[in-house]
Amino acid sequence: MDVRKTYKLFAAGEFVRSESGRTYQPDGPHNVPRGSRKDLRDMVKAARGAFPGWSRRTAMNRGQVLYRAAEMLDGRRAEFRDLLGGGRPAGGQVDAAVETWVWYAGWTDKLHQFAGTVNPVAGPYFNFTLPEPTGVVGVVAPEEPALLGLVRRLAPALCGGNTVVALASERAPLAALTLGEVLATSDLPPGVVNVLSGKRQELLPWLAAHMDVNAIDAAGCTAAQLAQVQEAAAGNLKRVVQSGPGAEALSPHAALDLMEFKTVWHPIGV
Amino acid sequence: MSLTHLGSLMRGVRSVDQVGVEERAAALAKRSIKKASKLWALDLAIRCIDLTTLEGADTPGKVTALCAKGVRPQPGDASIPSVAAICVYPSLVATAVAHLRGSGVRVASVATAFPSGQSFTSIKVAETREALAAGADEIDMVIDRGAFLSGDYQRVYDEIGSVKEACGSTPLKVILETGELGTYDNVRRASILAMAAGADFIKTSTGKITPAATLPVSVVMMECIRDFSRETGKQIGFKPAGGIRTSKQAIAYLVVLYETLGPDWMTPERFRLGASSLLNDILMQIQKERSGAYQGADYFSVD
Amino acid sequence: MAIAKRPSTEMRERRFEYAAAPEATDHLKIADSYSLFIGGRFVEPHSRRRFATVNPATGQTLSEVAEADDADVDRAVTAAADAFRSWSRLSGAKRARHIFRLSRLMQERARELAVLETMDGGKPIKESRDVDVPLAAAHFFYYAGWADKLEWAFPNRRPRPLGVAGQVIPWNFPLLMLAWKIAPALAAGNTVVLKPAETTPLSALAFADICQQADLPPGVVNILTGAGSTGASLVGHPDVRKVAFTGSTEVGKEIQRATAGSGKHLTLELGGKAANIVFEDAPLDQAIEGIVNGIYFNQGHVCCAGSRLLVQESILEPLLAKLKSRLGTLRVGDPLDKNTDVGAINSRAQLEKIEGLVNSGIEEGAEIYQPACDLPERGYWFRPTIFTNVAQSYRIAREEIFGPVLSVLTFRTPDEAVEKANNTPYGLSAGVWTDKGSRILWLAERMRAGVVWANTFNRFDPTSPFGGYKESGFGREGGLHGLAAYVELD
Repeated sequence: MDVRKTYKLFAAGEFVRSESGRTYQPDGPHNVPRGSRKDLRDMVKAARGAFPGWSRRTAMNRGQVLYRAAEMLDGRRAEFRDLLGGGRPAGGQVDAAVETWVWYAGWTDKLHQFAGTVNPVAGPYFNFTLPEPTGVVGVVAPEEPALLGLVRRLAPALCGGNTVVALASERAPLAALTLGEVLATSDLPPGVVNVLSGKRQELLPWLAAHMDVNAIDAAGCTAAQLAQVQEAAAGNLKRVVQSGPGAEALSPHAALDLMEFKTVWHPIGV
Repeated sequence: MSLTHLGSLMRGVRSVDQVGVEERAAALAKRSIKKASKLWALDLAIRCIDLTTLEGADTPGKVTALCAKGVRPQPGDASIPSVAAICVYPSLVATAVAHLRGSGVRVASVATAFPSGQSFTSIKVAETREALAAGADEIDMVIDRGAFLSGDYQRVYDEIGSVKEACGSTPLKVILETGELGTYDNVRRASILAMAAGADFIKTSTGKITPAATLPVSVVMMECIRDFSRETGKQIGFKPAGGIRTSKQAIAYLVVLYETLGPDWMTPERFRLGASSLLNDILMQIQKERSGAYQGADYFSVD
Repeated sequence: MAIAKRPSTEMRERRFEYAAAPEATDHLKIADSYSLFIGGRFVEPHSRRRFATVNPATGQTLSEVAEADDADVDRAVTAAADAFRSWSRLSGAKRARHIFRLSRLMQERARELAVLETMDGGKPIKESRDVDVPLAAAHFFYYAGWADKLEWAFPNRRPRPLGVAGQVIPWNFPLLMLAWKIAPALAAGNTVVLKPAETTPLSALAFADICQQADLPPGVVNILTGAGSTGASLVGHPDVRKVAFTGSTEVGKEIQRATAGSGKHLTLELGGKAANIVFEDAPLDQAIEGIVNGIYFNQGHVCCAGSRLLVQESILEPLLAKLKSRLGTLRVGDPLDKNTDVGAINSRAQLEKIEGLVNSGIEEGAEIYQPACDLPERGYWFRPTIFTNVAQSYRIAREEIFGPVLSVLTFRTPDEAVEKANNTPYGLSAGVWTDKGSRILWLAERMRAGVVWANTFNRFDPTSPFGGYKESGFGREGGLHGLAAYVELD
C-alpha cells in the first residue's frame, strides 16, 4: 500500500493546511487545501517580510537560486510527468518548465544592462535609470498548463527580485503545490514564494484589494476577472499585468513588466 | 591656535558642491536690477572700488593720475562719489598718500611678496611695516598658496597672524588667490583659516591669475563670512578682485552680497571691489541711465 | 593738495531695494474667448458653454474658454481617429519633421508662451522662462528624434502605435505636461486629444495655434478645454486606446477604476510626499538651496516636491537657522516680475486646501514659521512656510499639500532615515544630501521612489525617465522608457 501525500499550501517556507481547515477535490481523489482570505493575508505578510532580503541579494545569487530550482525540478521530472497526466505532452511541459528556470536564471544579472540607461541630460549631472523589483506580486496562474503556466509567470517575477503569492490553477493545483516542494529545496528564502490553492473567485477579490500587494500578474484571469482585478487594484494603484496570449513566451519583458524604473541624479563636480 | 586644533578645524570644514554653488550664483546673476535700484547700486559700487594699478611699469605719474581719477571720477559732476581706496605696490604708497591727503580716499598697499607670496615670513612682515610706515591705510596680503596646498595650514595661519600683528589696527585684507586653490572646498578652508588668523577682509584674487574673482567663488566666501559672523559675532569684509570690468558684473556681486550677507555688508567698510577699468564702465552706465542714450568711451577719461 | 571727498547724496541713505522689473506683456495677444481645437480648426463647442480663466495673481479674468461636453469629446476623438489612419502610416522621418518643427516654433515663441503661462497659472516668470518653456520645447525635440528610430528603440518587438491617446494634464506645469504627453505620443504614431487643466488652459490653446502654424495634419492634435467631467468623458470614450493622466492620486484611482476591463493602456503620474534627507556631512549651503528649490519652486505646486525634510538631528539647529534666514530673502509677489521667486497660488480652491492643511498642522501641535513679507492685496498668495516639531503621524507629514509648506522631521541614523522616508503610500521622488558617495548609493538603492536626486533636487530633462512607485502612479515619462508607454510591442 502506498504512502499517500497530503497536499499542503506552501507558505512562508513551510507546508501548511489552510487555516480554514477546508479542502476540495478538483483533481482526482486528492484533498487539496481550499485556501482562505486569511491564508492569503498570511502569505502576503510573509512575502513582504521576505522582500528586502530577496530584492537585495546580488543578481548573481538570485540567478544561482533560480538555477537551483531548475536542478530540483529536473530531479523530480518523473513525479511531475505523472502529476500532469503522463505521456509526451506532460513530459514536454516539464522540460519546458525546467528550461524556463534555466532561462530566467541567466537573466537576473542582465536585466539592468538590457533595460537600464544612462541618460545624457543637458547639464552637469550623471543620470541613470535602473529597473528595480516592484515588491510583492500576486501571480494568478493560468488554469492550463498547470505547471508551465505558473512557472512561466513565477520565474520572471522572481528574476527581477520580487516576492510572490501565487494562486495555483484552480482545476489542476497539484503541480503548483508540488512545485512548492521543489522551491523549498532550492535555497529560496522562506516567504519569497507562497503557493495558494483554492477557489479563485473566492480569493481573487482579496488579492486584488490587498493594500500591501504592489502588482498582479493576471495571466490566469478571464476577461471578467481581469476587469474585476483592475477595478479593485485601483485601491492602492497596483500594477496589473495583462499578459494576454503571449503569457507563455520567454521574454525579459515578463520580468521587466513587474519592475519599476528608478532614475538617480547626481551632480558632476570637484 | 594649536597645531592639532587647526588641523581638526580644517578637516571639519564643510564641503561645497560645485554644481550647486554655480547654479546658485547663476540664478543670482539673473536678478534684474533696474532704474533707481540700479543707480543706487552703481553709486555704491563706485564707493566700494579699490581703484588698482599693480604693474611692473607703474610710475609716480601713473599713480598720480589714478589718484585724481579716484577722487573725482567724473570731473564736473559732484554727484559722482570718490572711490574707497587707491591700491598700489608698496614702493608707490608714498606717492599715493601725498596725492590723496585730505580726500578721504584711502591708500591700500599690497604686501607679502605679492603676487606669489613665495618669500620669507620675515621679509613679508618687514614689507608690511615699510608700507605702513609710508602711510598705507590698508594692507592687502597674499597667502602662501604653496604652503596651503601642501597642507601646511599652520604656516599660513601663523604668517597671517604675524602680518596682522604688524598691521595693528590697520585693516588687513587677505588674498586667497582662489584661482590657484583648485576647488571650492579649498576656498572654504582658506576663508575660514584666514578669518580665524585675523583677517579683516578676505579677498579673492591678485588679478594676476585666471580665473580671478568669480561669482560662485564669491558665494562660497560670503557664506563663510556669514557662518563666521554667526559663530563669532565678527563681521569680516569681502573683496572680489580681478576680471570685474562691467557694471553688470559689479551689480551681480552686489546682489550676491545683498542676498547672502545682507544690508549690513553693503558699505565700503565691509565690501570692496578690486578693479581698474570697471570705474569708467560704471560712469558710462550712470550717464546712460540719466541721459537715456548709450555712451561712447571717448567721453570718459582713461587714466 | 587737499581735495574734499564728495559728500554722500541722499540716495546713499536708502537701502538696496530691487525696483519692479516686470516682463513686458505688450507682445502678447489674449483673445476674449477661445473655442475648441478639433480637426485642425477652432470650433464652437457643442455645449455652447464657456468658463472664465483667471490670472491668480490679480483675480482678473484673462479670457473665456469653451467647456467641452460629451458630444465635443466624441467629435475630437473621431477627428483623432480619422487622423490616426494617415498619421500612423506616415513615415517616421516625416513624423519627425513635423515634431521638430513644433519644437522650433515653441522656441521661436518662447517668451510669448512663458508670459502666458505665468499670467494664467501664477508661476514666476523666471521659472516659466528658464524652466517650463525651454524644457517643453526640448521634450518635443528629443522625441522628434525617436519618430524614425522606433525599430531601434524596440528591437525585435514590432513597435506599433496604439491609436487615439486621451490625455489629461494638471495646472502646475501646463505646457511642460502637455509636452510630456503629446511629444512621445506623436513620435510613436498616435494621435491625441488633450485636456488641459480647468485653471490653466491658455498655453495649450497657444500650442494649438502653433500646430496650425506648423501645418500639422488636422486631427493629429486636438485640444479640449473643460473641467473634470470633460476629462472623465475623454477617459471613458470607447475609441480612446491609451489614457495618460497626470494629477492627483485620488483622480488617478478613479481613472484606473473607470478603465478597468476596457483594455485601454494606462499611465498615471500622481501625487507625492517626497522625503528630502540631509545628513550631517552634507554640503550645507547647497543643501539649503536644494531644500528651498525642493519645496518653494513653483509655490510647491510640484508632485515631486521635497515636502518632508528629514534632517539628521546633529545639524538641525544650524540647518534651521540657515533655512529661516534664507526664507527671508525669497521674493514673493508679482509673478511677472523677473525677480520674483515665489508667485501666486494657482487658484482659490488650492489656496483653501493649503490653508486647511496648514491649520491642521498648527492644531496638531507643529510649530509654524513664516518669514515677514508683504503679500499683494489681490490674488491668491501663501507665505513660504516651515513646520518644525512635526511628527510622522501629522497630516502635514503624510498628505500632499501641494503648496509652499515644508514639514521638518529629524532622524538619528541612516536606517531611521530610510524607514521614515519610505513610510508613505507615495513613491515619486526623494532627495539625499551627503558628502559620502557610498552613502548616496546605499540610500538611492533603498528609496522606494522613481526619482532620486542626490545633492540636487527638482531637476528635469527630456532624456531622464520620471514617474512613481506605489500610489504615485505607474509608467514613466521621458527618455526611452517614456516612449514605451505609447507603443504596442510584441
